[in-house]
Amino acid sequence: MMQIFDVFLLEAVLNGLLLGGLLALLSLGLNLVFGVIDVVWICYAELIMVGMYAIYYLYAVFGWPLLLAMAAGVLLVAAAGAALHQFVIRPVLAAEPINQLLVTGGVLFFLQAAATLAFGIEFKNIGVSFPPIVVGDISFSMPRLISFGVALAGMLALYLFLKRSYLGTAIRAISQDRGIMPLMGVNPHRIFIITSALGGGLAGLAACLLVLQYDIHPAIGLSFGPITFLICVLGGLGNMAGGFVAAFIFAQFISVGGFFLAVEWGYVIAFVFFIAVMFWRPQGIWGSK
Amino acid sequence: MSIPAPKSSGGAMLRLEGVSAGYAGFQALFNVSLEVRPGESVAVIGPNGAGKTTLLRTVSKLIELSAGEILMEGRSLHAVPAHEVIALGIAQVPEGRRLFARLSVEENLKMGAFLPAARPRYTERLKFVYSLFPRLQERSSQIAGTLSGGEQQMCAIGRALMSGPKLLLLDEPSAGLAPVVVQSIFALVKRICAEGYTVLIVEQNIRQVLKVVDRAYLLETGRIKMDGPSAELLASDEIRKAYLGI
Repeated sequence: MMQIFDVFLLEAVLNGLLLGGLLALLSLGLNLVFGVIDVVWICYAELIMVGMYAIYYLYAVFGWPLLLAMAAGVLLVAAAGAALHQFVIRPVLAAEPINQLLVTGGVLFFLQAAATLAFGIEFKNIGVSFPPIVVGDISFSMPRLISFGVALAGMLALYLFLKRSYLGTAIRAISQDRGIMPLMGVNPHRIFIITSALGGGLAGLAACLLVLQYDIHPAIGLSFGPITFLICVLGGLGNMAGGFVAAFIFAQFISVGGFFLAVEWGYVIAFVFFIAVMFWRPQGIWGSK
Repeated sequence: MSIPAPKSSGGAMLRLEGVSAGYAGFQALFNVSLEVRPGESVAVIGPNGAGKTTLLRTVSKLIELSAGEILMEGRSLHAVPAHEVIALGIAQVPEGRRLFARLSVEENLKMGAFLPAARPRYTERLKFVYSLFPRLQERSSQIAGTLSGGEQQMCAIGRALMSGPKLLLLDEPSAGLAPVVVQSIFALVKRICAEGYTVLIVEQNIRQVLKVVDRAYLLETGRIKMDGPSAELLASDEIRKAYLGI
């Protein structure tokens, strides 16, 4: 009896690890945009929804190859991110944070309503199924394993881009001193547009991974938006490394907590942990301000 | 303004003609004209609040001028946006150094070479900057915010040199530094001038800067009050009484 219990616990821990990779990717785009532009995209998860619908229609309705549909989905959401900055964020860049929050909140409801009108409320699924992977007594979901791998690869690619390239260095620099960027020959607006497109592209990548595991509906953003935001806050908003670690902590609470009690209890425990941390460190575990 | 420049070769590199500029509701510069010839080192001296920083920020287009004209090698800067000024060969070391505090020394230098035209020569110029400031090489991977004031100033100057500028604008390089460090910073400025860079420097530390540069302009409440070779200004009664306390 004890042995079976251990195996299931191990399975829960490993599944938590896989979930952590996905959550880390989800938090990455939001953290990137906040860290660089200092604006929270409350509508971030709705951008993911847009990507999921795009992939669904291109693949399941128009018959594109799945990988091509996903690539197009990533590019589309990247363009949506750039457009979001140009038309929504830019006019309120100098405004109070609460106003910036409210406009992106407006975009959230706009996208939700627009998706309901355009695509209806019924759940859609791309209809791709993978057999579970069974190793001994432990079974994994294939999409989760793929998500984990792609999320890690995406994060590594972003890290190298930010660390090595001129553009990446400028993206890190602009958050430290926006005012002198022109003296370096950098057009700050261009960096913001590129960062927003990157943030959108990461949302698009998340859409590729979520579409393998979940049904698509206009309110799907609500399933991921709050948890993504909480992970970012937990790790210190704008701190990408902090968000990365926080995602894995959160995922373990959900997965292992869900194992001991019920799945819903996993979320309850995770959120209680979040609230406790907020009392202890309002700026997040690795936040600096 | 008919003083011959010692190292003059042909026309002016930078020329300001009747420049007026300021911030919302506040005019800081009134009809300022000056020029910097190739190979020359020129200072704009004056008390705190005279408009010296505004002058440099106007040249870099961080502030729009309300009247007048700025010409770099005969080309008007009128329609040039701020981020394209550096492509014309004008690099500025801003007031207070303004390093990217959480980037490493080398990453700060890399930002100075952001211009696509500067990137192919990154390694070569990095070597040059390190030869000029060996201390920076020792600290290349250190986070810039943890450098001492003097090292930060070296890093800020090095960053500006990384674009391979024709004209270097220095804004109060001695501000906020200990007296001993100030000495070494001015020695560095002198060395940079000797390397053949054309330099326009803005300073409150009048006695020190006049020992380093070829010529200077005295700016008071936004207007040019005097100009001439450094030795001449150092010897003038007005400067001696008002600024050197003699």
